Amino acid sequence: MVLNWKFGGVLLGFVFFLAVVLVKPIGVSTQFVILDAIVGDVVNAELITQNDDGAYTSSNAYLAKSKGKYAKSAANPLNYSFVFVLAMMVGAFLSSMAKGGISSEERNLPAIWYANYGDTPIKRYAVVFLSGFIVLYGARLAGGCTSGHMMSGMMQTSLSGYIFAAGAFAAAVPVAMMMYKKEG
Amino acid sequence: MEILLAIVVGAAFGATLDRIGATSPNWIIRMLSLRNLHLMKTILLAIGTGSILMFAGQMAGIVDVMHMSVKSAYVGVFIGGLLLGGGWAASGYCPGTGVCAAASGRKDAWVFIAGGLLGAAAYMMTYPSWKSSGLLDGLAGGKVTLGTVPGAKYDGLMAMSGDVLGIVLGGVFVLVAFLLPERLVGNGPEAVAAE
Repeated sequence: MVLNWKFGGVLLGFVFFLAVVLVKPIGVSTQFVILDAIVGDVVNAELITQNDDGAYTSSNAYLAKSKGKYAKSAANPLNYSFVFVLAMMVGAFLSSMAKGGISSEERNLPAIWYANYGDTPIKRYAVVFLSGFIVLYGARLAGGCTSGHMMSGMMQTSLSGYIFAAGAFAAAVPVAMMMYKKEG
Repeated sequence: MEILLAIVVGAAFGATLDRIGATSPNWIIRMLSLRNLHLMKTILLAIGTGSILMFAGQMAGIVDVMHMSVKSAYVGVFIGGLLLGGGWAASGYCPGTGVCAAASGRKDAWVFIAGGLLGAAAYMMTYPSWKSSGLLDGLAGGKVTLGTVPGAKYDGLMAMSGDVLGIVLGGVFVLVAFLLPERLVGNGPEAVAAE
């Protein structure tokens, strides 16, 4: 059961508005980089370093770009954007629990996968792993994802948000139609 | 204080994504295969609502224009959009809905996160080649909005008032949300059907 689109849409729009009023527009995909950098710095302490003037930088060019802002976030994980994503998970967990959680069938395989490919969890995990890889590779290349570019971006009338949405739907619609012939 | 806001707004965002069906690959894929546009209507209405509230708030002086954060436009945005779109449709997850789906107990969403962390790391490694390719260089001024927003640190693509344009476009998003049919292709379970 999902919320009616009129109520759900206004609610979601209000959350995006609240984020801009209070702090800044919502974005998620950067935090995958931040988590990678946190882990990377544990494995190799040379990854993130601090200059004499206190500014953070990195031996990785991507983390060092824009005056080391990613390096700084990874060195200080208790920052707004990282905590925001952790809080999203808590919010989704509580929301899901409050409506009784999702069924054990859904936990294992989404219905739409089952309808098209049967009980093939290994195949599903392979597809999803590869998808996760290209989704985040693409999001970092684009500089944002569905939240940051498409929703926050188009809401602010930014040109990049429209370019991103055009690319995302141009690929997503044919792929979804080809891969999922049955609705589930 | 900022951390407290991160917790409150983040939790509200995660819970809302869960309630509108965005954490379910079933709803995402029904939308992307144009079979059931209920979620599309929700998202369009959300963008419109957010846009109208934000720009009206700026005009009324309630919303700080400096809170806007506009991303740069470059060729890589389109290429990255294509990549993300393909994986989004194949899995039914995007970065935000993927982490929320994992938290709600979907096992495959944890696999998505694992793939995502590797993909993000791969981009970190390959970033210098993208940078030197010129595909990350700003187009049409880079960080631009469609109109010129008074007091913003970003240029406008057009000279017209960016906040008025923002409200008008917000209205267009709302209108499209209302006009769009729930279903374009075939027939199947209606929006109220449980998964």
